[in-house]
Amino acid sequence: MKTVEQQILAGDQQAIARLITAVENNSPVAIDVMRSLHRHTGHAHIIGVTGVMGGGKSSLIYKLSSVMRKKGLKIGIIAIDPTSPFTGGALLGDRIRMGELSDDPDVFIRSMGTRGMLGGLSGAVYDVIEILDAAGKDVILIETVGVGQAEVDIVKVADTTIVLLVPGLGDSIQTIKAGLMEIADIFVVNKADKPGADQTVAELESFLDVYAPTVSQRKPVIVSTSVKENMGFEDLHEQIQLHYMFLQKNEKVVEKRKIRYEVVLVEIIRKRLMGLIYDQKRLTQTVDQLVSDVVQRKLDPYTAADTIFSSLIK
Amino acid sequence: MGKIRVLVAKPGLDGHDRGAKIVARALRDAGMEVIYSGLHQTADQIITTAIQEDVHVIGLSLLSGAHMTLFVDVATLAKKHDLQNVLIIGGGIIPEDDIPALKKAGISAVFGPGTPVEKIVEYIETYVKR
Ligand SMILES: Nc1nc2c(ncn2[C@@H]2O[C@H](COP(=O)(O)OP(=O)(O)OP(=O)(O)O)[C@@H](O)[C@H]2O)c(=O)[nH]1
Ligand SMILES: [Mg+2]
Repeated sequence: MKTVEQQILAGDQQAIARLITAVENNSPVAIDVMRSLHRHTGHAHIIGVTGVMGGGKSSLIYKLSSVMRKKGLKIGIIAIDPTSPFTGGALLGDRIRMGELSDDPDVFIRSMGTRGMLGGLSGAVYDVIEILDAAGKDVILIETVGVGQAEVDIVKVADTTIVLLVPGLGDSIQTIKAGLMEIADIFVVNKADKPGADQTVAELESFLDVYAPTVSQRKPVIVSTSVKENMGFEDLHEQIQLHYMFLQKNEKVVEKRKIRYEVVLVEIIRKRLMGLIYDQKRLTQTVDQLVSDVVQRKLDPYTAADTIFSSLIK
Repeated sequence: MGKIRVLVAKPGLDGHDRGAKIVARALRDAGMEVIYSGLHQTADQIITTAIQEDVHVIGLSLLSGAHMTLFVDVATLAKKHDLQNVLIIGGGIIPEDDIPALKKAGISAVFGPGTPVEKIVEYIETYVKR
């Protein structure tokens, strides 16, 4: 019998899928497997795809993956959609666009709900990246939830961040949240088959003329694509590779990954602290009592937090 | 305990997914994570998706009348891949007479047109294995 670790390293789909479920559910068993997988990671190129809702992120991932499959690359896809804060349910519909990738043995697709995380990602996404990396994927593509506000956390996770826009946004390049414009390594103007694509590219160019890149330290490139006409995806793949080479040449991959693992550490600690506060019955009651005291003005929130902290340290 | 994950899939050639979408939304509103895979899925695609997404339930919807082959294909393939803990349910226009054979093949329940969605939610919550 193979261990779970060995099954993951061999790329066993069922083992990968079950481990992902276990990390999503914060199962303690999963943590031990995660400990042993880390030394097998670091190989995959992590690519984030973000952008306007309905802009074609899933369709683009499908087309791009098809190009990458022709070059023999093994692919992991993580597609994130919002979880309803009211019911906890989620409708995960990105697979609709993935066509025949859905039973290609060298492609592993996983749909995830945000499960309460803000920022456009899911709390388990970091572990899922490690699992797919250890399972031998060359490329991991992450689709964030459609951007409404400033869902820009992907930049801390991905080596290469693609921001997808579509024609006909009008003046909205100005109105798109500044954060989104700043995280792009590559801008894609998708739906280039529609009128106004050239204008959107021109607007982007003039935006980039006056803009000194902060996050990536390299001027972003612009690629036009059309899923409908199957156009621009070879070009996009080439630009992705050029960006990765830029990162590798300048030791920036290490920098990027330091950013990611810092987030990972903070996330692990956050989860443990929340576990300590909410999983222990004793403390749950304390928290409840403290909250009531705050409401009744017997305590201020800071003093209540002090009380929780000191009982954690004990 | 984790969330109930459900794959809603449409095998075969018919292009009517209104019913499937209504069910998908109802399951979401009941707090489940619903993977909707779209139209024209083959049995292989459905099973691979079910494996990768690690779902507890596969919900198949079909209006074309080909359920005796397509539903049975999915159930057979599920057995082959050791997915005996996955609940497989079907919906669509399915004659009463076909139901025993479908159940024998591994389809746990069949819901005809006009079944209130609450009934499907309740069925899943009662019989899901986790
Ligand atoms: N004309 C045209 N339509 C496209 C193109 N790319 C995607 N679409 C359509 O745009 C719609 C949305 O595509 P998706 O790929 O689901 O977009 P998305 O960004 O993943 O959507 P969300 O995940 O819901 O935010 C679909 O109807 C696609 O067929 C394109 O290049 N040209
Ligand atoms: Mg999508």
